[in-house]
Amino acid sequence: MKHLLTWFGIAALAMVAARAEAPTLMAIRNARVVPVSGPAMARATVVMRGGLIVDVGEAAAIPPGAWVIEGEGLTVYPGLVDALDSVGITEASALEAAPAARRPGMGAPAGPTPAAGPPPAKGPEDRPMTSSWLRAADLVKPEEPRVATLRSAGFTTAVSYPMRGIFAGQGAVIDLAGERGGDMVVATPAGQYITMRSGGFVSYPGSLMGVIAYIRQVYLDAGHYKTVEGMYEANRRGMKRPDYDRALEGVMESPRILLPADRKVEMDRMIRFGKELGQATVLYGMQEGYRSADLLKGAGMPVLVNLKWPAKARDGDPNAYETLRTLEVRAHAPETPSVLEKAGVKFAFYTGGLTSGREIKAAVRRAMEAGLTEEAAVRALTLEPAGIYGVADRLGSIEKGKIANLVVSKGDLFGEKSEIKYIIVDGKKFEPEPESEAPGSGGRGPMTAEVGR
Amino acid sequence: MKRLSAAAVMVLAGVGAARAEVTLIKNATILTVTKGTITKGSILIRDGKIAEVGQSVAAPAEATVIDAAGEYVMPGIIDCHSHIATEAVNEGSVSVSSMVGIPDTLNPEDIYIYDALAGGVTTVNVLHGSANAIGGKTVVIKTRWGKSAEELPFEGALPGIKFALGENPKRQGSPSVFRATNLRYPATRMGVEDTIREAFNEAKIYQAEWNDYRAALARGEHPEPPRRDLKLDPLVEVLEGKRLVHAHCYRADEILMLLKVADDYGFKIRTLQHVLEGYKVAKEIAAHGTGASTFSDWWAYKEEAYDAIPYNAAIMTKKGVVVSLNSDSEELMRHLNDEAAKVMKYGGLSETEALSMITINPAKQLMIEKRVGSIEVGKDADLAIFDGHPLSNYSKVVKTIIDGQVYFDRAKDVAGRAAKEQEKAQLIAKEKERARKESEGQRRARPGAGEQAPKPEVAQ
Repeated sequence: MKHLLTWFGIAALAMVAARAEAPTLMAIRNARVVPVSGPAMARATVVMRGGLIVDVGEAAAIPPGAWVIEGEGLTVYPGLVDALDSVGITEASALEAAPAARRPGMGAPAGPTPAAGPPPAKGPEDRPMTSSWLRAADLVKPEEPRVATLRSAGFTTAVSYPMRGIFAGQGAVIDLAGERGGDMVVATPAGQYITMRSGGFVSYPGSLMGVIAYIRQVYLDAGHYKTVEGMYEANRRGMKRPDYDRALEGVMESPRILLPADRKVEMDRMIRFGKELGQATVLYGMQEGYRSADLLKGAGMPVLVNLKWPAKARDGDPNAYETLRTLEVRAHAPETPSVLEKAGVKFAFYTGGLTSGREIKAAVRRAMEAGLTEEAAVRALTLEPAGIYGVADRLGSIEKGKIANLVVSKGDLFGEKSEIKYIIVDGKKFEPEPESEAPGSGGRGPMTAEVGR
Repeated sequence: MKRLSAAAVMVLAGVGAARAEVTLIKNATILTVTKGTITKGSILIRDGKIAEVGQSVAAPAEATVIDAAGEYVMPGIIDCHSHIATEAVNEGSVSVSSMVGIPDTLNPEDIYIYDALAGGVTTVNVLHGSANAIGGKTVVIKTRWGKSAEELPFEGALPGIKFALGENPKRQGSPSVFRATNLRYPATRMGVEDTIREAFNEAKIYQAEWNDYRAALARGEHPEPPRRDLKLDPLVEVLEGKRLVHAHCYRADEILMLLKVADDYGFKIRTLQHVLEGYKVAKEIAAHGTGASTFSDWWAYKEEAYDAIPYNAAIMTKKGVVVSLNSDSEELMRHLNDEAAKVMKYGGLSETEALSMITINPAKQLMIEKRVGSIEVGKDADLAIFDGHPLSNYSKVVKTIIDGQVYFDRAKDVAGRAAKEQEKAQLIAKEKERARKESEGQRRARPGAGEQAPKPEVAQ
């Protein structure tokens, strides 16, 4: 017997039933399965129950009562992971949690008067452009529009961060579906998102030197804070209590930091800086990764590669002088993943402001044209980010016991004519929403646009 | 060699690769600066140091030979005031920005490093800007184009810090909509003095806190440690003579003010930078033991720089001040030899005195004169080879050598230009081709060509 139902029908039923029970038992049979953690299986079955993968293999039995998806002609991959994003966080919720720090590079403020913002910072003690205590886990909302857009592109998971300021806040590994924000959170905190933004002559820090000095001072202060806290814990009576500092609390609870590095000189600088701070460090950006393999290999730090390859500005002066280096970077940046793969550098991809599935696929294909293998491309969007964020025990591959996050495509996921059929998040099945025509009109706010910097 | 950038490899192709332990420069006119001029002379370089200098120098058979017949060799030029090779110059948000430093933002791929080499410059004092009374930390580098940021600094050179007097530090903030909310103190020259004094008052208290803490530890006590303050650490180093002060100034009155402040707090001003009215107070500058690093004839770009004369360098020299000529500009930096020549016309200084102002004198100011600044046995083999006398403005640099390695070779640079232009043209053509294909592909993928979206389906 065959039931034809739209997913919306199932969703409606699920909402009526108790939330946690919604999709109980589901199987995809006779599909090609790419588990990533092991060799691909030509014809296999994946069984899911209660949001987890309970069985996978050529001989996996389908329990009675399971919803079955015919996988004939389809390929099942682990759900894709966007290793750095702000998806799920609305501008409003971030603003509410931390009133805008004075933002650099924005020229004259549009709308709100300068008086509405905090006064200019006069030194590190003012903790400028800092909201290290913000947690993405507290801010994400499933109804934020980019959640569905990114999911339609095959992503089941993202590592989402608040992205304002220098110490922007703590990221969270989130699944891209849920009834409420809390349902989405897989792991928190995932790390502290750090930028090198500065406030010009207006507010400290006003230069790259100032930002670096500020971060260094905050880490020194955190060390001092810990020492004094320890002394106070040991002897509360007779000692003046130390001041509570939420900026330092936020920095201390970060398991890792993300530092920006597009150019080779930035990579070299941030590698040394991360080591100086004594903090686990992940670098993001990587435009010049194609010429930095030895440097990155030597550093032993994982890196996040921005899939939005550098391009000539569409509305730029066509006759503007460009240096050989600028031209080289635009020509060779997409070789970065292939160079890193060959050098054995651990890397994951992030979408960096690309929105639609079409744009993202084109960017991955460009890296593959430049020599990246398809296996490595898939790994960089599944098991590698899971490993970098310490959630590979739950995510990133199709294995018994892992979260039921899958993407099912017709054809190889990054093949020219491929088509995503289903996206399964926490055992719930979704189908891609139709893409809007104009590229880059996916409604991402300015927060995401800043990821690429 | 592994870490050389692609661009550097292109520039150095065949130059750095041929690194030999022993190099002989022969048949040259050698301007040693400190030991006279040697005609038809030779310099033997071993392991990056000058091993022998003279008219008859015996070289081993394996030595790389540079025949400099008809050419002039002088010590690598030292620029005591520059802002190249860094990705930030001013932390202008505060009046005391000693917590920031140029070493954090060195950019070994700044093309001006290469341009400096083309002007024979081998050592550069990279300074923070002049936006504040007490600026950021500074660093002396060698122009080792192609090396990493960590390999640029001049090994063992004392670190420095920038001070600034006059109009720049009393600027109250950038003219912007924020002006009303960011009125920075100070607004007058009196305030600049006060800012410096207050900073050192604070530094002395901080220094005492740490000294008390260390004394208590030594007594076996367990006191609460003071907080490290990155703003005050460098000022304590200044008080302890471990960091050199380079002070931007113009007017005689502010120069005297600063020397008095330094005397009051017990530290030294190592160099006065620009110091266009130095000729008015040269005796006082000499008495303080302070060097002066000035321009040959660059002034009148603002009111405080009006009372300048071309005889400034010569007058200060005659009054016993160690004087250098600097660039403060990536353009001027390429012809500091011309700048030096001007003091012969204005002030009647000798050839050697003129050359000293861009070699041994800045070396003394930076306290690296035992390593560089003249051609002497035992010093670093940092040399500039000109095709004529360097004090003639018809002369060009043909080779620049640092630590015995050729970092700039004009003949190779010229020969490589066509290949670079071709590479550029190819990259531009490829990019245009890709853009054309992509727009074609997008046109083909327009709807109508695609198939109907399949219906969702759940089957059992």
